[in-house]
Amino acid sequence: MSTVNVKINNIPVEVEEGTTILTAAQQVGVKIPTLCYHPDLPAWAACGICVVKIEGSPKMMRACATPVVEGMSVITHDSEIVKVRRTVIELILSTHPNDCLECPRNQNCELQRLAAEFGIREMPYEDRLRDLPVDESTPSIVLNPEKCVLCGRCANVCQVMQDVWALEFIGRGDDVRIAPAGDINLEDSPCIKCGQCSAHCPVGAIYEQDDTAKVWEALRDPDMHCAVQIAPAVRVALGEAFGMDPGSIVTGKIYTALRRLGFDSVFDTNFSADLTIMEEGTEFIERFVNGNGDLPLITSCCPSWVDYMEKYYDDMIPSFSTAKSPQMMMAAMMKTYYANKIGIDPCSMFSVSVMPCTSKKYEITRCEAMYSSGCQDIDVSVTTRELARMIKQAGIDFENLPEEEADNPLGIYTGGGTIFGATGGVMEAALRTAYHLVTGEELGNVNLIDVRGLDGIKEASVDIKGTEVRVAVAHSISNVTKVLDKVREARLKGQEPPYHFIEVMACRGGCIGGGGQPYGATDELRNKRIAGIYQDDERSEFRCSHQNPAIIELYNDFLEKPLSHVSHKYLHTKYTPRPIYTK
Amino acid sequence: MEFNHYILVCGGTGCESSKADDIYRNLLKECEAQGVKDSVQVVKTGCFGFCEQGPIVKILPEESFYVQVKPDDARELIAEHIVKGRQVERLLYDQEKTRRLTGIEDIQFYQKQLRVVLRNCGVINPENIDEYIAREGYAALEKAIFEMTPDEVVEELKTSGLRGRGGAGFPTWMKWKFTKQVQEEEKYIVCNADEGDPGAYMDRSTLEGDPHNVLEAMAIAGHTVGAKQGYIYIRAEYPLAINRLNKAIEQALDYGLLGENILGSDFSFNIELRLGAGAFVCGEETALLASVEGERGMPRPRPPFPAVKGLWNKPTVINNVETWANIPVILLRGANWFSNIGTDKSKGTKVFALTGKINNSGLVEVPMGTPLRDIINDIGGGIKDGKAFKAVQTGGPSGGVITSEFLDTPIDYEHLQELGSIMGSGGMIVMDEDDCMVDVAKFYLGFTVDESCGKCAPCRVGGRKLLNILERISKGQGSRQDLQKLKDIGEAMKRAALCGLGQTAPNPILSTMKYFEDEYLEHIDEQYCRAGKCKELVTYTINPENCIGCGICARRCPVNAISGEKRQPHEIDQALCIKCGECYNACKFDAVIVK
Repeated sequence: MSTVNVKINNIPVEVEEGTTILTAAQQVGVKIPTLCYHPDLPAWAACGICVVKIEGSPKMMRACATPVVEGMSVITHDSEIVKVRRTVIELILSTHPNDCLECPRNQNCELQRLAAEFGIREMPYEDRLRDLPVDESTPSIVLNPEKCVLCGRCANVCQVMQDVWALEFIGRGDDVRIAPAGDINLEDSPCIKCGQCSAHCPVGAIYEQDDTAKVWEALRDPDMHCAVQIAPAVRVALGEAFGMDPGSIVTGKIYTALRRLGFDSVFDTNFSADLTIMEEGTEFIERFVNGNGDLPLITSCCPSWVDYMEKYYDDMIPSFSTAKSPQMMMAAMMKTYYANKIGIDPCSMFSVSVMPCTSKKYEITRCEAMYSSGCQDIDVSVTTRELARMIKQAGIDFENLPEEEADNPLGIYTGGGTIFGATGGVMEAALRTAYHLVTGEELGNVNLIDVRGLDGIKEASVDIKGTEVRVAVAHSISNVTKVLDKVREARLKGQEPPYHFIEVMACRGGCIGGGGQPYGATDELRNKRIAGIYQDDERSEFRCSHQNPAIIELYNDFLEKPLSHVSHKYLHTKYTPRPIYTK
Repeated sequence: MEFNHYILVCGGTGCESSKADDIYRNLLKECEAQGVKDSVQVVKTGCFGFCEQGPIVKILPEESFYVQVKPDDARELIAEHIVKGRQVERLLYDQEKTRRLTGIEDIQFYQKQLRVVLRNCGVINPENIDEYIAREGYAALEKAIFEMTPDEVVEELKTSGLRGRGGAGFPTWMKWKFTKQVQEEEKYIVCNADEGDPGAYMDRSTLEGDPHNVLEAMAIAGHTVGAKQGYIYIRAEYPLAINRLNKAIEQALDYGLLGENILGSDFSFNIELRLGAGAFVCGEETALLASVEGERGMPRPRPPFPAVKGLWNKPTVINNVETWANIPVILLRGANWFSNIGTDKSKGTKVFALTGKINNSGLVEVPMGTPLRDIINDIGGGIKDGKAFKAVQTGGPSGGVITSEFLDTPIDYEHLQELGSIMGSGGMIVMDEDDCMVDVAKFYLGFTVDESCGKCAPCRVGGRKLLNILERISKGQGSRQDLQKLKDIGEAMKRAALCGLGQTAPNPILSTMKYFEDEYLEHIDEQYCRAGKCKELVTYTINPENCIGCGICARRCPVNAISGEKRQPHEIDQALCIKCGECYNACKFDAVIVK
């Protein structure tokens, strides 16, 4: 890659060709304010706050969207530029409700931060607020167009990153608003509830459904046995909400905090991730070795992915693993195996999951298999962000908490379970165990580096004693569709499938980049969280799911063996085509 | 086949809406009835430009120029002019209300015009490719394919000095060269026919009157830059232009002038229409391309420019209709011929849609550098009803006003910009003493606010705020701080709006504030609108000395606000009056006073 020499405020800097002014400026320590820009997305160039002057040009240009060229000299801050930016911010503020105190993004809002940085003390322009209905139709996210600053991030995430096209601009001029295409409810739209819109929204216009009140109520109920599980990706992100470094592993502190909140049993979804590997790994062997069922086998842990598949790729339903997600497997075991063990009625157990994900809120009532214990297996699913708020409300000094252990037996996990939180993790864990299931031996090097990292599509070929297993890992739905289209094409031509096993996670980076995680995810931050996940893996006593002693005990005591009729009753599910735009 | 007479009936949209179609049919009928159908050919042409006097019928070889013709006049025209060889005096154009003029060369409206772009409009039948070919049609394409290299074509354009007629005036040859340079298999040619300025109909008339001209030019560009596919993005509200383009494409395909192996060469080129849904912003090139792609028509940041990454991210030459219409004639007559027309930096001619308070509204084409005064006084025939000229708006909602002190400014890109206006695509609206400048600014802002796509905050929010402030001022509720706010917001929009629509939207305000600040101050400080346009600031009263009590005002008043005894002076109840002005218009005795 060739480089170019430019000057930012007279500071010379050499950057790669094609670098934007915004990025070049960052390299010399100059921060240009932005609102609509997000590093995950192509520059949308809507807000007009990042304008700068380029020597020799009469116009101001957008730093986010303008690439530098050799010899360019840029002024990023002078009184005229700052005045323009200030006016633009004032104009945006005039269309934004002035109710920061009641806003879900209070103190975590990019517009609020800009207003503070620019020292806005009064509103020179009269308000033009819009009384628009709030869309609360999905169990996962809330769309409040009144607060929308029309930065376009949500629509671009939905269309470019996720290829879902649920959100679109509607209307024109100052009547423009974001809504599902066709101006229908989000619930009736192709929305897959991934919540990436909420994770990218700079203000409080799209946010997770807050279910914490239901949890507080259950915790106050003395007759309720409150049990909780935490997902793999939560442990490397929750710390951020308390000022800790991204990627810090705070598993032990979370267990302690959950107990202090009043949970009677504290479990870890990593345990049921191991369980998922047992079921899904065995399912893979059944299909791959014994030829019973469709190939490729496609993972089904991600409810947004399941929803997408049911909406857009229902011809692939036979390829799907019937294994439930770790969240739902855990819930089923909590309300059957564990409830029985401690002698309580499953319906007097209140089961909560803490997930990095807004879609998990949808999954808990997705179909009748989610009621396998005889009552709703998960009562409430909250996101990492919601748990952070609960901990703050409870006055818990999270950073200085002692580290405790999870409860037995559903709290014991292996490295295979923990890596479920990152893209490639499910595949890696499955292969570690599949190798054992096929050969009866342990894999020498369990680190399958090829499937790790942020590349959108990762392909690898694994040798299991002379047999080649071709796998693909895709994250962000826009990458997933490319992989699936390859499979479809091979099928249409009557060829052998290009892959035997495909892992899919809807969000970029996998669950560590989930729509319910603390705000501000960028690739830099995702990489830190991923590093935390693999660190947790490496320090685990056992690295492979089948080595988990609690899992072995569970099969001995209750489930008999993977894919047994008991397993099928509690740990497997079904899929239904869900055609879009039917109303 | 030779005919003794050719009758040209204007088939432009303006004349068509004044029953030109009936005139055409009646002429055919009368030719038959009066037994001259074999010696007369009746042709429907494109726009003659002199829309004020439409519908227009011209009869050759006498060059008789008949104006304001009605369908019932057909019988007389055939009976007198064709059969008896006597011109129908009463239908000839009466310039000074003193003498009837026969032909175009005598008519002042045409005298300072130079028709390059419109050379075939009003001359040929746009629905007949043979007539275009007879006027050297497609000869430029042939020359470009067989006699010139693509580099020579670009060089020719460079020498000609042709600049984009869509508004900004970017050198056309550079766009072509950039696209030509990119090594890509797929490239596109696009014609921007999304004309949408209020009062502008240059592109529409060009396409209606001479569609092959644009098709030929696009094919030349395709051959030059290496593109095989062209699109014409035209608004669906232009059905006649669409219809004629479709016919033209069909005929060109039939003649091997479009399609595979054009003129037997190995060059293939196709053109398709894409219909716009009437969003002004889609005239902005990146929004237009998004719309062609099937996306919502919203602008994208530039760079990358369409020449490098345009339609479907492929190199794309996108030019406006009028720019295209200049291309064939430049190749045929040579770059030097073209560059001899116009000024130092602005070459060739410019078509304007002259409207407003002007005697001869219509479509005019003049050499660049023609002083505004010539257009308004000579071609336009001065201000209507002998009123005083106040200003002229060029560049439509993106432009600004030019006042009488600058009437001798030669019209070209640079001079207009110096005055705070722009060339724009060629709308030219003339205003007189009855126009209120706050009201004018409000009108244009209302338009841009309506047409903003809503993508960027400066335009979406800023435009609305500007309009709100103007509305306040026009109600007499403005303050002097509002003037500063108008400037601040206007500056922010100019600097930070994403596309040309938003960047230029404050121009009408900033320029009226610059030249007519006193009018703004009158509205603010004295709650006074000197033009009597701002309703909230106007009262209608009846001067009892002039009122004879005829009662016509009372009968016209839609809200019964006027009362009075017969033959006694009437009175207006201010509480009821809605200031519609009906009484003022109705009174024949100047008894209604507007203050």
